[in-house]
Amino acid sequence: MKLITAIVKPHRLDEIKEALQAFGVQGLTVTEASGYGRQRGHTEVYRGAEYTVDLVPKIRIEVLVEDDDAEQLIDVVVNAARTGKIGDGKVWSVPVETAVRVRTGERGPDAL
Amino acid sequence: MPPGILTLAAEEAPALSAANTGFMLICSALVMLMTPGLAFFYGGMVRVKSTLNMLMMSFVSLGIVTVLWVLYGFSVAFGTDIGSVVGWSSDYVGLSGIGRDQLWDGYTIPVFVFAVFQLMFAVITPALISGALADRVKFGSWALFIALWATVVYFPVAHWVWGSGGWLFEMGVIDFAGGTAVHINAGAAALGVILVIGKRVGFRKDPMRPHSLPLVMLGAALLWFGWFGFNAGSWLGNDDGVGAVMFVNTQVATAAAMLAWLAYEKIRHGACTTLGAASGAVAGLVAITPSGGSCSPLGAIAIGAVAGLLCAMAVGLKYKFGYDDSLDVVGVHLVGGVVGSVLVGFFATGGVQSDAKGLFYGGGADQLVKQVVGVAAVLAYSLVVSAVLALIIHKTIGMRVSEDDEISGIDQVEHAETAYDFSGAGGGTAPRKAVPATAGTPAAAQQKKVDA
Repeated sequence: MKLITAIVKPHRLDEIKEALQAFGVQGLTVTEASGYGRQRGHTEVYRGAEYTVDLVPKIRIEVLVEDDDAEQLIDVVVNAARTGKIGDGKVWSVPVETAVRVRTGERGPDAL
Repeated sequence: MPPGILTLAAEEAPALSAANTGFMLICSALVMLMTPGLAFFYGGMVRVKSTLNMLMMSFVSLGIVTVLWVLYGFSVAFGTDIGSVVGWSSDYVGLSGIGRDQLWDGYTIPVFVFAVFQLMFAVITPALISGALADRVKFGSWALFIALWATVVYFPVAHWVWGSGGWLFEMGVIDFAGGTAVHINAGAAALGVILVIGKRVGFRKDPMRPHSLPLVMLGAALLWFGWFGFNAGSWLGNDDGVGAVMFVNTQVATAAAMLAWLAYEKIRHGACTTLGAASGAVAGLVAITPSGGSCSPLGAIAIGAVAGLLCAMAVGLKYKFGYDDSLDVVGVHLVGGVVGSVLVGFFATGGVQSDAKGLFYGGGADQLVKQVVGVAAVLAYSLVVSAVLALIIHKTIGMRVSEDDEISGIDQVEHAETAYDFSGAGGGTAPRKAVPATAGTPAAAQQKKVDA
């Protein structure tokens, strides 16, 4: 199993959700996040004083998938998240040792 | 000069006017609303951790100054003149010797009404100072400062400017509703105090962004609304339309100042900001306060526009000179007050509030010189005395909270409260109730369906 994590722009959430559903993903977790990449946030002006706001609002989407689906799913997320502008975010996957469905106790791929 | 305005009092002894009395009671209530309005204006501009302290620094003035005003403030400001510097009338002490139908000096409203109207001015003036001291002043020391400052600065200066026999009043300085006595006075005091107590921890290093611009807008809107009472009420009645002229001038100058500030921002920084709109409006209100009773509506537009532009430029001075005027009391109230007071010398049309004409209306430089003297006197007196008062408090009981407390947030230290609860759904430390059985609820029914 793999855990796919995507840190993306908040306004792309709906597109990504739809794309994941179309792909057949059963569940996902969404968290509000903040951070910056190479572009380092933005500038705000208050009475002429400029403030650099490093941490930009993002959302973090996490999905557990079977190994075979991982690469394809990453592409799905990337395509749905892309706007072509700076700050589109990142997607990565990490191996997962085990997963358990809390209600039934099922383990591994059955728990997905 | 429109007929009848200045001759009315001379011709017949005035009788109590129910209309004017009602009008002035409403104006007094409007001015009262300015102090909580100011509290929101300032409260939104500070960081989350010092919101309540900022609100309280304004709000407490309603308590302290009200009591002092009744005890002796009204007597010092508006009692019988002593040496053109202060007043004193034992009848006014505790407002004890005033009959409820006794009229204020040549006007058609009771002394009591005049006293409460002026009280509201006395309340908001020290509150204005607090914006410069955000995040770092002990609440007890601030309360003491207000009491001392009102006593030795505000009450006497109000006498100079408005009291019969006061030296600026007798000289002919025009301050319709408080450009010198309120705004220059508070702005100069703010500068005096911050020069003594110093900067906030992290000034020019940490971002100190306003935590709630909607709160700032709410406060600015309440100020604007209340200011109609502040300005239009300052003629102490409206039999002759001067109050209405002042109402119009207040509106147009404020509008022009807001637009000027926004235009400056758009050109200089590329965006018209919410804080700029609120600040521009306040700058316009400040500037029209001394001048609105003597200029035309077109003059008011010019005064507002100049004030909006100059105040927008002036708020940057603190970074240039390195003094921490946290919420720009100097930049908006001192500069705005000076602009409005000096411009009377240019824009006074003669015949509205007084016969004096400004430079643009053929009056020569005479009025301008008087205005400059008034500005300089109040500015210097307030600056020096406020700095001395702050220094005395700073060296005795201390004016500032500790650095640790300042960093962790003054609300918790000084008020044992926080403005907002960020612990999720209002939960936090409250004991949990037992979770009720879910059988029979729609959610449980749906869950069963899914399980099946």
